[in-house]
Amino acid sequence: MPAEFIRILIGLVAVAVSVGLIGLVMVWVERKVAGHIQRRPGPYEVGPNGVLQPLADALKLVGKQLFMPDGADPILYWLAPVLSFIPVLLLFLPLPVGDGLMALDINLGLLLILAFAGLTVLSLLLGGWASNTKYCLLGAARAVAQSVAYEIPLLLSVLAVSFVAGSLNLAEVVKGQGTWPWNWNIMTQPLAFLIYIVSALGETNRAPFDLPEAESELTAGFHTEYSGMGFGLFFLAEYANMVVVCSVATALFLGGWQGPVLPGPVWFVLKVSLLMLLMVFFRWTYPRVRFDQLLTINWKWLMPLAVLNLLATSFFVKLAQFTEVRW
Amino acid sequence: MNAIKEALKNVSDLWSLMVGLKVTGRYFREPQRTVRYPWKALSNTDTYKGHLELVGGMKDPFKPRCISCGMCALACPSNCLTVVKRKAPKPTPEEEKALAEAKERGEKPKDKTPKDPEKFIYDFSLCSLCGTCMENCPAGALQFSGNIYMAGYSRNDFLFDLVVKMRESEAASPAEPAAAPAATSEA
Repeated sequence: MPAEFIRILIGLVAVAVSVGLIGLVMVWVERKVAGHIQRRPGPYEVGPNGVLQPLADALKLVGKQLFMPDGADPILYWLAPVLSFIPVLLLFLPLPVGDGLMALDINLGLLLILAFAGLTVLSLLLGGWASNTKYCLLGAARAVAQSVAYEIPLLLSVLAVSFVAGSLNLAEVVKGQGTWPWNWNIMTQPLAFLIYIVSALGETNRAPFDLPEAESELTAGFHTEYSGMGFGLFFLAEYANMVVVCSVATALFLGGWQGPVLPGPVWFVLKVSLLMLLMVFFRWTYPRVRFDQLLTINWKWLMPLAVLNLLATSFFVKLAQFTEVRW
Repeated sequence: MNAIKEALKNVSDLWSLMVGLKVTGRYFREPQRTVRYPWKALSNTDTYKGHLELVGGMKDPFKPRCISCGMCALACPSNCLTVVKRKAPKPTPEEEKALAEAKERGEKPKDKTPKDPEKFIYDFSLCSLCGTCMENCPAGALQFSGNIYMAGYSRNDFLFDLVVKMRESEAASPAEPAAAPAATSEA
């Protein structure tokens, strides 16, 4: 098995590099988009159009002193940011960037992503708990209630697609879709796509569901007390998580690497970045929901809809099997 | 029936999300409203109300129009003004003699004291820019300056003597009465 091992190793290195790069680019894009939406230029001074601003910020973060509040649990406190970042690297492995271009070709790729994405909640909880501060604890409590709730419709919507594709391997799901947009799963599963996007926003703690870090209420929520790279790792993990959910959405609903003319990986990156841009736009468009609204959206709307969607999907899949109709 | 109606209304209200995206999308495309300050400065600062300054006289624009009556200091709700009157110049012996003669004749002596203030102390850190001093000034000797770039390192930087400030502005601009701003600007 050395070949497989080397493949994973190369994949991990590529993932680590790309996560860092994506973090830098996304910080710039986020601030630039925010600036333009608010009719101001955004970062402008460092480098042409401020492209080097995230690099300067990163340098500052690395150089900052690491602080720990009095009475914090030293082990858990420093474990939390690491624990939030490490599983993220793993999440990238089963993502099919191109035809055969994936680090870990296993038939349970989707399950692996969903399972390890759940670990993020643990790190938020640990970070909030170990900080021994009210804001952190409140943020952590919110993070747990929210992530646990939003994982369910996320899973159900993903499951509907894998029912149609008949596989949990993301590459297989992509291969089951065609080149053109009307051959993609979003045409047969529009409701699942909507549910997925909404719960993905909730799952990654992005606005309008950014209650765990709600700046205006909890200063920064679970990572209030973290300085320097402790905060930096949480930050990177958030953007990496965004990339993961967008990539999964691309693979499941938007035909993955499939597309006319351009080569596969280009299409994949293009679709993922479009989804990311949409998420950034959401953040600067929608106000943060209240906590009861957040849970109402989930338990009263997304969950029943996802269950209905799953039932209908399984019914039609079975019907198709019986009648031998390919659709 | 009502429950279904409410539920459907929730769904149709989702359209507002699209409207929101449309608004931010439009703002995203529109030109920026801010000016990159150190490189460019604003030009429309005429309506800016900065700290108080003394108005110059008709003949000499750098000699305050103020008559040191103290109405401004009296009217000021924040007590940020202190007007120090000039003392009368010491009369020369001839003048003293003339004065005594005038007194004998029963005439009122002419006051030779200059009317402009010796000091006009203004504490900008207390001033609320209400303009009551200007309203109460019988000579129209006070106005808001257009100085929008005022900054200082300590509280004392905002405690100034407006007479000294006027003299400084005279030294700064020997020829033209209105100093042109250092940075040119866009519309």
